[in-house]
Amino acid sequence: MLMAALRRLGQTVFVLFGISALVFTVFFATPGADPTARIAGKNASPQTMQKVRQEYGFDRPLPVQYAIMMKKLFITQDLASYADRGELVVPEITRAAPVTVSLVCGAAVIWVVLSIAMGTLAAALKGSWIDRTLMMLGLIGISIPVFWLGQVANLITQNRYHDTWLFSWVPALGYVPLTQNPWGWFKALVIPWVVLAVLFIGVYSRVLRADLVALSGEDFIRTARAKGLSPARILIRHGLRTAMVTFVSLFGMDFAQLVGGGALLTEVVFGLPGVGRLTYQALTNLDLPLIMATVMYSAVFVVLANAAVDMIYLLLDPRVRDAR
Amino acid sequence: MPANMSSQALLDVRDLRVSFPARGQMIPIVDGVSFTLNHQEILGLVGESGSGKSVTALALMGLIDAAGVQVTGSVRFQGQELIGMPQKKLRYLRGKEIAMIFQDPMTAFTPVYTIGWQIDEQIRAHERVSRKQARTRTVKLLGDMGVPDPERTANRYPHQLSGGLRQRAMIAMALSCNPSLLIADEPTTALDVTVQAQILELIRSLRDTHHSSVLLITHDMGVVAETCDNTMVLYSGRVAEYGPTPALFASPSHPYTAGLLASIPPLDGPRPLRLPAIAGSPPLPQNRPAGCAFSPRCQYAHTACTIALPPYVQTGADHFAACVLPQEGKPLPPRLSDATAQEHFQP
Repeated sequence: MLMAALRRLGQTVFVLFGISALVFTVFFATPGADPTARIAGKNASPQTMQKVRQEYGFDRPLPVQYAIMMKKLFITQDLASYADRGELVVPEITRAAPVTVSLVCGAAVIWVVLSIAMGTLAAALKGSWIDRTLMMLGLIGISIPVFWLGQVANLITQNRYHDTWLFSWVPALGYVPLTQNPWGWFKALVIPWVVLAVLFIGVYSRVLRADLVALSGEDFIRTARAKGLSPARILIRHGLRTAMVTFVSLFGMDFAQLVGGGALLTEVVFGLPGVGRLTYQALTNLDLPLIMATVMYSAVFVVLANAAVDMIYLLLDPRVRDAR
Repeated sequence: MPANMSSQALLDVRDLRVSFPARGQMIPIVDGVSFTLNHQEILGLVGESGSGKSVTALALMGLIDAAGVQVTGSVRFQGQELIGMPQKKLRYLRGKEIAMIFQDPMTAFTPVYTIGWQIDEQIRAHERVSRKQARTRTVKLLGDMGVPDPERTANRYPHQLSGGLRQRAMIAMALSCNPSLLIADEPTTALDVTVQAQILELIRSLRDTHHSSVLLITHDMGVVAETCDNTMVLYSGRVAEYGPTPALFASPSHPYTAGLLASIPPLDGPRPLRLPAIAGSPPLPQNRPAGCAFSPRCQYAHTACTIALPPYVQTGADHFAACVLPQEGKPLPPRLSDATAQEHFQP
C-alpha cells in the first residue's frame, strides 16, 4: 500500500514536471520572441524590461529560467501578474478556486443523478418511445454549446422575463460565497449548475445506456435472470453496478478538467470569478505568469483526480485490486 | 400439489418451436421438439453447434426475450404450462424449481461480487431467510460440492477461483433452493479433462443427494455415455433419435446417431488411420431441405427421404427415431461390439 502510494506520488511529480516544462517552453522559450517583452506587457519602459529580465533570469540559460519560474510559483509564491501590476498570481488562484469548485460540484451532482436516472431508465425500456425520447434529449444536450445556452438563460432570467413571478428570485450575475450566505450562494449558482450540467447529462446518459445494453448480453446477466431475480434488481445490482466502473473513470476525468478551469465558458457567461474566468482573462491579456499558474493548477487537479479515480477503481472492481 | 405428482413426468415438452425473425421471415431454430423427463432422471441432449440445444434449454427457462421471437408448443413442468406463463410467475420457478448452469463458468458470475454474495442472493430471492442463515447454507452447499475451505471461498471473487471451482460454485448456486430440475448447458466444455470427470461425477450424484432431475446438454457423446439415463439427439432443430442410453449406443436407429458414434476414436486396438466422419455440414435453419434435414449428408438417403419429414417411429423399448429406414424394414445394423470393432480395425 505504501509502495503504491509512493509510486503514485512519483508519477504525479513526473507528470507535473512534464507539463510545466512544456508550458514553459511554449510560452517562454519560443525562438524569435523575447519573453521579457511579453511578460512586461505592451509599451513597457526599458527600466521595466531590465527589471523583468533580472527577476526572471532571462539573461541566463533556459534550465535556470525554468527553475526560477518554478521557485516563484511553488516556493516563494511571489510570481506577480504583469497585466495587473503587482497582483500576486498564487493568491489570485486560491481566491478563484472555491468559486469553481462550487460551480462544478453542484453541476456534477445534477449530471450524475440525472444521467444515471436517464441512462438506466432508457436501458430498461430499450426500444420504447421513452428510450428514444430520452436519448434524443441527450443528443440535444450534447449539441447545444454551453455559452449559447448560458446566454439564452441569462436573456430569459435576467432580462426578458426577470420581472415576472417565475424569475424574479434570480439574483444579478456574480458569486456569493457559501460561508457568507448559503441561500444566496445557491440562488446565484443554480442556473449555472444546470447550464453546465446539460452537456454532461447528455454524454453520460448515452454512455451509460450503451454500457447497460451491452452488459445485458453478458453471461452473468443471463445467470442473474436464471436465478429468478427481478428485472429491476438485475438491472441495478448487476448491470448498473458493473457499468459504474466505466462511468467513474469518465466522471473523474471530466470533473477534474472542469475544476481545473474547464468550466471557463460557463464562468465567463455568468460572471463567476472562478479559475476558468481567470484563465480567460490571462489569455486575453496574454498575462504569462497567470497563464503559467492556471495551467499548473489545472494539471495538478487532473493528476490528483486521476489518482482518485484509480483509488475508486480499486473499490469498485475486485479484478483490478488483485492485478496490482 | 396434487398427490399423483410422482407418477407424472416432471417435464413434458410437446412440439416446442422457437422461431427467430430474420429478414422478414420467421426461422424455426427449434422445430417441433418433444420429450419427457421423469423424476430423478438424467437426460442427455446431444447435437452439434447450432442444432438448437441451448435454445431449447433457454426456452424451457423462459429466458429468450429477443425481439420478435416466437415460442410455441407446450412445456408442462410439474403439471404447469410454462409457455405463455407471465414472466412474474415464471420468475418464482426460475432458480427455485428450475435451475440452470452454464457452459463458461469464467463469465457466468458477476465479476464485482463475491461467490458467497451471489449464492446468498439467490437463496434470499426465493426464501425469507436472514443474511446469516443464507450464508450458513451457502457455505454448506459449497462444502457439499467439494469446494475446499468453503468459508473462505465464499468470500472470494469469481476471478480468484479456478474454472473447476467456479463451476462447482455455479452448481452450488443452482442447487441452493433445491430445484427439482437442473438444466446443465455444456457444464464441462470449458474445463480440462480431469476437472470434467469430477464435475460429471458431481452431477451424477445429485440425483441421490438432491433428488434432482438433470437435463444435460452436451456435444460430447462420451459425457452422455457416462452420465445419462436417456439420450436425445438433436439435428438441425429437430429430434433425430431418442432412447435409453445403452440401447441408443448399442443400436442407433438414426444414421446421424450412428455417424456420431462411429466418429468416436476406439479405446482399444490399433488406431484407425482416419476417423470416420459425416461428410458436409448441417443445413442453415433457413434452408433446411423439404424432407429429412439430414438427407443431404446421409449415405442411406433415397427418394422417400427428400419428399416429406420422416416419421418418428418406435424402434425398441422407449426408443424412437425420426427416420424412414426402420419403417421400410431396413433398420441400421447394430453397432459393432468392442470385440468385433477390434477385429474390424485389424490391418
